[in-house]
Amino acid sequence: MNRRDFLRLMALGAFSIVVPAELLPAGGTPGKRWAMTIDLRACSNGCTDCIEACHRIHNVPDIPDGNRRIRWIWTSPFEALFPEQPDYRRDLKGRSVMALCNHCENPPCVPVCPVKATFKRDDGIVMMDYHRCIGCRYCMAACPYGARSFNWQDPRPFIHAIDKDYPTRTKGVVEKCSFCEERLAKNLIPACVEACKEKGLAFGDLNEERSQVRLLLASRQAMQRKAHLGTKPKVFYLL
Amino acid sequence: MIEKALKGSGPYRTWLSFLLAVVVAGFISYLYQWHRGLSVTGLSRSVSWGLYIANFTFFVGVAASAVTVVLPYYLHNVKEFGKITILGEFLAVPAVLMSFLFIIVDLGRPDRAFNMILHPTPTSLLFWDMIVLNGYLLLNLLIGWSTLDAEAKEEKPLPWIRFLILLSIPWAVSIHTVTAFIYQALVARPLWHTPLWAPRFLASAFASGPALLILMSLFIRRVSRFDPGDAAIQKVATIIVYSLLVNIFLLTVELFTTLYGSVPADVEHLRYLFLGIGGHKALAPWIWLSMVLMGGSALALLSARLRRREGALALTCVAIIVGVWIDKGLGLVVPGFIPSPLGDITEYGPTLPEVLIVIGVWAFGGLLITLLYRVALYVKVER
Repeated sequence: MNRRDFLRLMALGAFSIVVPAELLPAGGTPGKRWAMTIDLRACSNGCTDCIEACHRIHNVPDIPDGNRRIRWIWTSPFEALFPEQPDYRRDLKGRSVMALCNHCENPPCVPVCPVKATFKRDDGIVMMDYHRCIGCRYCMAACPYGARSFNWQDPRPFIHAIDKDYPTRTKGVVEKCSFCEERLAKNLIPACVEACKEKGLAFGDLNEERSQVRLLLASRQAMQRKAHLGTKPKVFYLL
Repeated sequence: MIEKALKGSGPYRTWLSFLLAVVVAGFISYLYQWHRGLSVTGLSRSVSWGLYIANFTFFVGVAASAVTVVLPYYLHNVKEFGKITILGEFLAVPAVLMSFLFIIVDLGRPDRAFNMILHPTPTSLLFWDMIVLNGYLLLNLLIGWSTLDAEAKEEKPLPWIRFLILLSIPWAVSIHTVTAFIYQALVARPLWHTPLWAPRFLASAFASGPALLILMSLFIRRVSRFDPGDAAIQKVATIIVYSLLVNIFLLTVELFTTLYGSVPADVEHLRYLFLGIGGHKALAPWIWLSMVLMGGSALALLSARLRRREGALALTCVAIIVGVWIDKGLGLVVPGFIPSPLGDITEYGPTLPEVLIVIGVWAFGGLLITLLYRVALYVKVER
């Protein structure tokens, strides 16, 4: 390396420190805006196919202690997900409804992370870098949806069968749903959508007029969780 | 100067050994946590911050409170504070270091803590907290040490130190403001999402920090020939009363606004905190204790006669420290998480390792303040 190369390298290094990460591409396919719809009535009580499919391929541990559970996708009673809805919706009250990370367009978890371990890609997916997370749990405090889980202990002993195609996590980091970005990269739809026998879930690009989610949102009434917060969730619940 | 820190009588050395032993016990508990993960604490997916972050918040306040003696002394030339100011400046140093430690022990991956510097993120309040706390630590170390050093050498303090002292005043306000912003910024937690926390943090800090200062001043003048002076202690006590009253006033404003507005999501946190929900009321006795301690202390200290009685003053100071520690510690952090965003009521109680780690950090702070005050006393009286 001569002096000119060295100086060039220094300049590049300085540039990379000075330029805010927001200006650099954050990965994902630009122009896409991935979203999901969940049919509130399609889900049959007791079925956990979507949860199992997701947790199996993502090496999500099965922690017996409910207060320490890791979950990327789960079910909650309708009224827990939509507390502001009137209670005369008797047909929906008590129904177990699927929930996952909303991949908000204004994700409150992203700006609070002190190390950019959680970030929003160009296609709108809110991602986690498990190798950078310091485990401060500020993102968990910031998420209005309870979508984030923390590894209070080493998760590996609690994984039934480790899938070698997907990384496992260590103790002390936060994790959550990634909209199956690893499957999207291979032109596959998210595992939960694929696993649903009732076809209660749909996935697609909000920027594409003919996409399944756009068609569903055009024809059906839809709700987002805590829409008043301005987070703009990209998981829609169809009435 | 520093070599004097370890010199002292038998009881002094026993005290140091005792604190060191507690620090070691805390450290062993921390090794256990390091090995097993944060599962050894009482934290859960609902209540993901607890005793550590509560203590962090409290001690940032103690650090900021140095300004209550620094500002009157340097800006308004309040001569009575001539002796007590160094105690205030030195109190800030261990308080900031304890705040750091409480963050470190709360991290899931402390081995990656330096990612904060490697990947600086100005959108995060934790980034700014790191900047202002480090700056404040440096300021107080420099100011305390160099004014003391000048006194020891019987020289005038260096001219640029005065600039640093002036800088340290708004800086003190900034550290506690940024700490409050960590909470206030979050729309997800209605209890925290109110502009009142920053002013309330400052008000309660200007009561609890000086209360600690009075306790230590009373102790020091019993065991040494150094006396910060009755006039100084009485003035600090007056500052405490009004700060405490402002804190109680702001708390009332907060309660009125939330309860009268009665938006369910906002009220539920307060209901859990003060009354409990569905039989879950672990925090209620604590918060009522805090209300009684803070209210009672404010009333007691308003009486000048009571204020002048050393025993009563000391007791009130203890009450204020405990009251504020609950008010802005457990009483702020934990109910912010209860109910959870999904409406779950999961209560929180610290575990033994968690408590030992906290006590260990307290002892570390105690050790540091003892050593710093020892040096200060040497310069002030024994030289």
